[in-house]
Amino acid sequence: MAGTVPMAAPRAHRNAASPATTESSAVKWVLVAAAALVLFWLIALPLIVVLTEALKRGWDVFLAALTDPDAASALRLTLLVAVITVPLNTLFGVMAAWAVTKFRFRGKGFLITLIDLPFAVSPVIGGLIFVLVFGSNGWFGSWLSAHDIKIVFALPGIVLATLFVTFPFVARELIPLMEDQGTQEEEAAITLGAHGWQIFWRVTLPNIKWGLLYGIILCNARAMGEFGAVSVVSGHIRGETNTLPLHVEILYNEYQFSASFAVASLLLLLALVTMIVKSWLTRKNAH
Amino acid sequence: MNVTTTAAVRRKVLPGFGLTMGYSVLYLSLVVLLPLSALLFNSTGLSWAKFWDIATDPRVLASYRVSLSTAAAAALADAFLGLLLAWVLVRYEFPGKRIFDALIDLPFALPTAVAGVSLTALYSQNGWIGSLLEPLGLRIAFTPLGITLALMFIGIPFVVRTVQPVLEDLDRDMEEASATLGAGRWRTFRSIVLPELFPPLLTGFALAFARGIGEYGSVVFISGNMPMRTEIAPLLIMSKLEQFDYAGATAVALLLLLISFLMLLVINTLQRWARKTSR
Repeated sequence: MAGTVPMAAPRAHRNAASPATTESSAVKWVLVAAAALVLFWLIALPLIVVLTEALKRGWDVFLAALTDPDAASALRLTLLVAVITVPLNTLFGVMAAWAVTKFRFRGKGFLITLIDLPFAVSPVIGGLIFVLVFGSNGWFGSWLSAHDIKIVFALPGIVLATLFVTFPFVARELIPLMEDQGTQEEEAAITLGAHGWQIFWRVTLPNIKWGLLYGIILCNARAMGEFGAVSVVSGHIRGETNTLPLHVEILYNEYQFSASFAVASLLLLLALVTMIVKSWLTRKNAH
Repeated sequence: MNVTTTAAVRRKVLPGFGLTMGYSVLYLSLVVLLPLSALLFNSTGLSWAKFWDIATDPRVLASYRVSLSTAAAAALADAFLGLLLAWVLVRYEFPGKRIFDALIDLPFALPTAVAGVSLTALYSQNGWIGSLLEPLGLRIAFTPLGITLALMFIGIPFVVRTVQPVLEDLDRDMEEASATLGAGRWRTFRSIVLPELFPPLLTGFALAFARGIGEYGSVVFISGNMPMRTEIAPLLIMSKLEQFDYAGATAVALLLLLISFLMLLVINTLQRWARKTSR
């Protein structure tokens, strides 16, 4: 199951439209207009609302919300969590994709299903399981408190929950890509005397670099934006265990709407950058 | 060379199977499988009788009814709207098409909490859309309709991105033949194109539905969270946790996990079926 969708390269139309297989231009424009309306209402409008609400009470309030110490500390925590989780899941993604696509073994389909599992599980459950394992009533709860180690309601818990929800992103992007590319080039490299690392760096990596980058930016967007799972394990301690999305919630629940939307606009910027890089990568992939 | 000898050669030729496989399985177990098993072998002392008590509690049942019905309604709406968007994107050229295409990914990239506060602002009584509908007696925020709208926002890319590649690969010869035989465009669409698009549409529906059942961030703001009426299952887990009712949270989560597994099974079957019919 996909929480993400493989990067689709726009195909050249094998069979161009002929008058017999296309609609009259009146029908065409009615459909385009209807689609544009749907897109505007469903997707563009919520985006515009974030910006207008953020600036409703002027730039001063907007900037004050972003430079507030709690917001700054939330931003730092969000970046820190992404810096830890994205490389770990990227390493896993590359390793898993190599194992799954370069070899044949029994139970391959089952392994891929297990990798996809976190996409199917509610983010709230993604947080709950770590509370059950590391919380004060959990499996390791009494041992952890005896040794004065805090996992839940602290940074390690937030990292673990984020690792869980962003687990499949890179692997999911690489597996179909490397499956399509097969193993011939690597096999050729090995007959020429290359060894493992050389094959990966010189043959495989250049072939998958854009797909890999795409997986990484999606993983990063989710890591920085995750709300449900992190909400369960964070404990919501201001200035300590609050990430940016949690800060949006706290401000919103305190009726500080402009400040809440100001912080939200920062996350919107992250989403926009992700989208722009994605469409750039898709075009690059097409050439 | 037949398949088995290729496999044998491949296994010998390329290095790194032990390392990459070992690391993948270890990491998968530590990050995903062991923590998930905590739900099954939990330490909260949940017996079958107690599990059944919690699972059949009216408030719990109501939360499942709300979650399932809103997710189904949203996925159904997304199937129709997503077909329109994918069709226009694949078949027509028009100005601004690239922005159009990029915007469809926004719900994937936007943090769910941002979507949640934004949709609530839009549909609340003094919001841009909410204030227009209020005089008509139609309330969206803090009703199941609001939850459905939030889930439509989250689910729409799943349908578009599943239908789009199939539509791109669709051979137009069949449509041409149908036109030659005297069928109008609408008839051709219904009898030739739509049957081909049915498997990806169903897959997109299932993906959007599965995502909708577990969704939390975009829903929690707009739903109003009234027990029995607009409380979704993931939120109920959250409230039980906040009251330190770990057994209750685990029981509700187990049911939700079971539904997710079933959906995963359905989606895998659908995708296999879609691949078979597209050949």
